[in-house]
Amino acid sequence: MTKLSIIMFSGTADKLMPVGVLASAAAGLGYDVEIFATFWGLLALKKDSPPPEVSKDYGPIGEMFKKVMEEKNMPSFLDMLREAKEIGNVKIYACAQTFDMMGLKKEDLVDIVDDVIGAMEYLEKSKESDITLFI
Amino acid sequence: MATINPDIIVDARGSYCPGPLMELIKTIKKAEVGQVIAVYSSDSGSKKDIPLWVEKAGHELIAINDKGEYTEFLVKKKK
Repeated sequence: MTKLSIIMFSGTADKLMPVGVLASAAAGLGYDVEIFATFWGLLALKKDSPPPEVSKDYGPIGEMFKKVMEEKNMPSFLDMLREAKEIGNVKIYACAQTFDMMGLKKEDLVDIVDDVIGAMEYLEKSKESDITLFI
Repeated sequence: MATINPDIIVDARGSYCPGPLMELIKTIKKAEVGQVIAVYSSDSGSKKDIPLWVEKAGHELIAINDKGEYTEFLVKKKK
């Protein structure tokens, strides 16, 4: 069984979207998918987080990108992850360190988060992956 | 060639990669073996993604029809 492992570090829309797209595509292909949400990526999974903004790194082009995404009704990265979970074996893990540091509780996170795990457990899991991405 | 009437139509026009394929996967799961599903997609990734998935999943790609603004994929559920 092919396995894709993604470290979801970034919290901006332009980087969360590819996480959603790749997780969906991999689930469609029948890959096992695991996503380790850490730092800004984990904060994007908080129930009360506003929709993510596009990174400021790209200046006006980023703004244009955001407008295009809205106009074309792109599904949010959360919707894409939900869809990926619906069709395949997709696990989403919250990074224990960020989780503790930010004083989070499991119920603060969206319902698609499966578990809270530490860096060591994640590494042990990702060791078995065929593809590992840091986004 | 005889005209094939699909049993189910998935209109995924306007949806982006991998949206149309996701719609097909969800639909095919609920369909019965032997049913033909038509997927309409305007996403350029579908032309590669859908045939690749259909082959991998063991279904049958009956036809790919270029309709100008979009592409129609006819897929038969095999198992």
